[in-house]
Amino acid sequence: MSAVQVDSRKLREVALTADEYRVIVDALKRSPNDVELGMLGVLWSEHCSYKTSKALLRRLPSTGAAVVQGPGENAGAVRVGEGWAAVFKIESHNHPSAIEPYQGAATGVGGILRDVIAMGARPIALLDSLRFGPLPESRRHLEGVVAGIGGYGNCIGVPTVGGEVYFEDCYAQNPLVNAMCVGLVREDQLMRARAEGKGNVLMLVGADTGRDGIHGASFASLELDESSSERRPAVQVGNPFLEKCLLEACMDVAWTEGVIAIQDLGAAGLTSAVAECAGRVAGAGARVDVSRVPRRERGMSPYDVMLSESQERMLIVVRRGREGAIAKVFETWDLTSAVIGEVTDDGQLTVVDGAQEVARVPVTLLTEAPLRRLLGLPREPSPALNLDALPPLADAGEVLLNLLRSPNLCSRRPIYRRYDHMVGDATVVPPGGDAAMLRIKGSRIGIAVTTACNSRYCHLDPNTGAQHAVAEAARNIIATGAQPLAVTDCLNLANPDKPEVYWELEETVAGLAQACRALDLPVVSGNVSLYNEGTDTAIYPTPVIGMVGRIDDYAQRLQAGFKGEGDFVLLIGSSHNDLGGSEYLKVEHGLVAGRPPELDLARERAAGKFILAAAGSGLIRTAHDCSDGGMLVALAECCLLGDIGMRGPAIFTEPPLRLDAALFGESPGRFIISAHSRAMPELQSLARRHHVEISLLGLTGGDALDLEGQVRVSLADLRYAWEGGLG
Amino acid sequence: MKFGVVVFPGTWSDRDCGWVVDQVLGAELTYLWHKEADLKGVDCVIVPGGFSYGDHLRTGAIARFAPVMEKVGEFADRGGLVWGICNGFQVLCEAGLLPGALLRNSSLEFRCEWTNLVVERTDLPFTNACDDGDILRIPISHGEGSYFADPATLSRLEQQGQVVFRYADEEGRVRPNANPNGSLHNIAGIVNSRGNVLGMMPHPERCSEAELGGTDGLKLFRSVMHAAEKVLTA
Repeated sequence: MSAVQVDSRKLREVALTADEYRVIVDALKRSPNDVELGMLGVLWSEHCSYKTSKALLRRLPSTGAAVVQGPGENAGAVRVGEGWAAVFKIESHNHPSAIEPYQGAATGVGGILRDVIAMGARPIALLDSLRFGPLPESRRHLEGVVAGIGGYGNCIGVPTVGGEVYFEDCYAQNPLVNAMCVGLVREDQLMRARAEGKGNVLMLVGADTGRDGIHGASFASLELDESSSERRPAVQVGNPFLEKCLLEACMDVAWTEGVIAIQDLGAAGLTSAVAECAGRVAGAGARVDVSRVPRRERGMSPYDVMLSESQERMLIVVRRGREGAIAKVFETWDLTSAVIGEVTDDGQLTVVDGAQEVARVPVTLLTEAPLRRLLGLPREPSPALNLDALPPLADAGEVLLNLLRSPNLCSRRPIYRRYDHMVGDATVVPPGGDAAMLRIKGSRIGIAVTTACNSRYCHLDPNTGAQHAVAEAARNIIATGAQPLAVTDCLNLANPDKPEVYWELEETVAGLAQACRALDLPVVSGNVSLYNEGTDTAIYPTPVIGMVGRIDDYAQRLQAGFKGEGDFVLLIGSSHNDLGGSEYLKVEHGLVAGRPPELDLARERAAGKFILAAAGSGLIRTAHDCSDGGMLVALAECCLLGDIGMRGPAIFTEPPLRLDAALFGESPGRFIISAHSRAMPELQSLARRHHVEISLLGLTGGDALDLEGQVRVSLADLRYAWEGGLG
Repeated sequence: MKFGVVVFPGTWSDRDCGWVVDQVLGAELTYLWHKEADLKGVDCVIVPGGFSYGDHLRTGAIARFAPVMEKVGEFADRGGLVWGICNGFQVLCEAGLLPGALLRNSSLEFRCEWTNLVVERTDLPFTNACDDGDILRIPISHGEGSYFADPATLSRLEQQGQVVFRYADEEGRVRPNANPNGSLHNIAGIVNSRGNVLGMMPHPERCSEAELGGTDGLKLFRSVMHAAEKVLTA
């Protein structure tokens, strides 16, 4: 092995610092060679190592009665009843999508699917949380990303049932694409990717290995700049057809005799997959022979093979002697498989090319990058909001229409109708409302899934904003009648080397931890994506919360759209002057200012418990989270989704509550529900018992949203505005 | 009564069709693997939706060469019931069992949404449980579902009453704005002249239970069951 001449250019190529290089030399007691340096570079990238965020992430709660698998595996898992576990994770694919929107988004979907498949679970749902710069300038990103998500998800036959899309200036150069996958597995058949047992065989299955995606993980750990488009070769190309075959073959072999582990090949390819599998077993090592890796191009060096991020590949750890049987299953699906190495007990990852050793690095050195301790400095507080300076509300109906057509609030149907959201025959609450719900076939259990994050709140106050993201996701789940169970998080932030960004990261994690503890929601998996900056803008802190919940009997599920004429329309929770960071302020007054609404987690919890108790007793007909855009927007959505109007008296406010805040403020802890009149006495006493405010807003019916003398807009006008917002 | 559901690599509606046959309809079910030239004595072959062979080259273009398809062709020639849904319709067109072709949607985008279909033939084994003029609410999910045939073929289809389903509005009026993909004459499904091979783009297996949004699809599965049982008892 020949050591390489190391200079700063070389180190930059593998994205290592001089300090990190010294740690490597000290640990190896020699200089690393080219292959070793490349392997360490990718695994020590922020994307793979979490070296900047790891210490903070330990603050997040990750245990609970329902948790079957917490962080550290390919995905987390929670118990959902009758022996089933829901397996789920969210992951970013931001930088690839910035440069090559279609393939970046498509391979993001492919990657998160493999994380769930590796746990032995069959994927049942996909969700995508997206952030772009304003339209029309960001149309190219939006179109490419939506087409890429559909192109992959539609082809592989897993329904895309939910997610979000928001538009803000700060994402113009650095859009965010976070993909979440949820799968199901029998709890006692959950796989864990551990390289157990000296002498067991490593098999590489699926696609052949090419040169695509080399240094993808390192690239994801740098800021985007003018030269970024030169990184296009670092973006991989997806083949969903191949992944569909890989999915079926993995389902065929999972939990069969002799299959010890399945591991996804994602960022950092074979290097990461082997190191992670070995790293999960104390003292384990692995020996990989690159000459046995099936390739799709000639002349690939060991370096290329170890760092390739070619998609649609899996590593399978197989008990020696069973490799023939496993290979046969993959042959059935016309997939290649190859024995490429074995498990050892020397704690080293040894790479050979035929007879020649090309790398030998301790597994722990690969998997445990030195943590970075950075300095956080609070940012200047956001501009204060002087409510008294705001002109009074002139025409509430006109404002409502402006909000409904705003790209951040309008109907997402132009997007989700491009995704197959029905395949699987399990979607019992389709996209378009709060959370989506999938049934577990053969049982009555429903699984509710959602993502949420209001990044404008996070920008104004990262701690409170992060708490809001958790609370809103929980409300989305609860609005379907399901009990929230657990969280997967994708923390998207700018460059943490800047003290104010690191402070945002600290505050974000602190806020998440607080809200998750208060609402009993363990974080079982997640991902951190840093360095989301363009040449002149940093993104808002964007901690996207993916959440999973369950309901015993999906026949009791709730949806947002009003269901019949003459039902009582009720507001649960109370409204305050919460205009800071609101969509109203942005759309009507061009302001991003103030503080996000105060969040009282105890009240949040009480409101949620009340809704679930009322839903469980069959007292309510529909429920909808009341947040972005405020109460009037939520009412309009209930009307539009149910195609039924409502009428009621004008909203009367008592000082200090302002009318604009009552109608368009975004106070948390609120729901819009509808109920039969005969349920009212019971609902009221239930609300008293839960210390939750309940107020009557009116009755469903008619073909307009009509608050006497205050607002009257026909359903047709509401629909025209709402459905046209994305152009 | 036994249904056979064909499975190509890349097929994904196989499990949904199988679920409806087995769990909702309560009929016998077997899967037919593309590499096996054996129809296992089924009474009706379903060629389901998906992206068979990744839809490489052209939708359905490679699937028609699969060993199982040769047997499906022979089965159809003998009068056996063959039902192509979505990608299955595309495959049947490529295999020459049905005329015409499915082109890219006129929107150039994938579409997954509910459609209304008027039923124009109720004398078929696939539609005998429907009434004349029935409007079925069945979802589509495709990027290439725009039915095309040359003028002579199209006029023959119309004259011989081979158009089974047309996209319509909620009142059953066949209008351009009810056409989700640009299909000629709003065609959503056709049958061969003998009446034993049906191809349709919408997915009846996705609306055979109320919790999925509707049960109109089940009418078609029931029809096939009636038809097959009539043959069996005859």
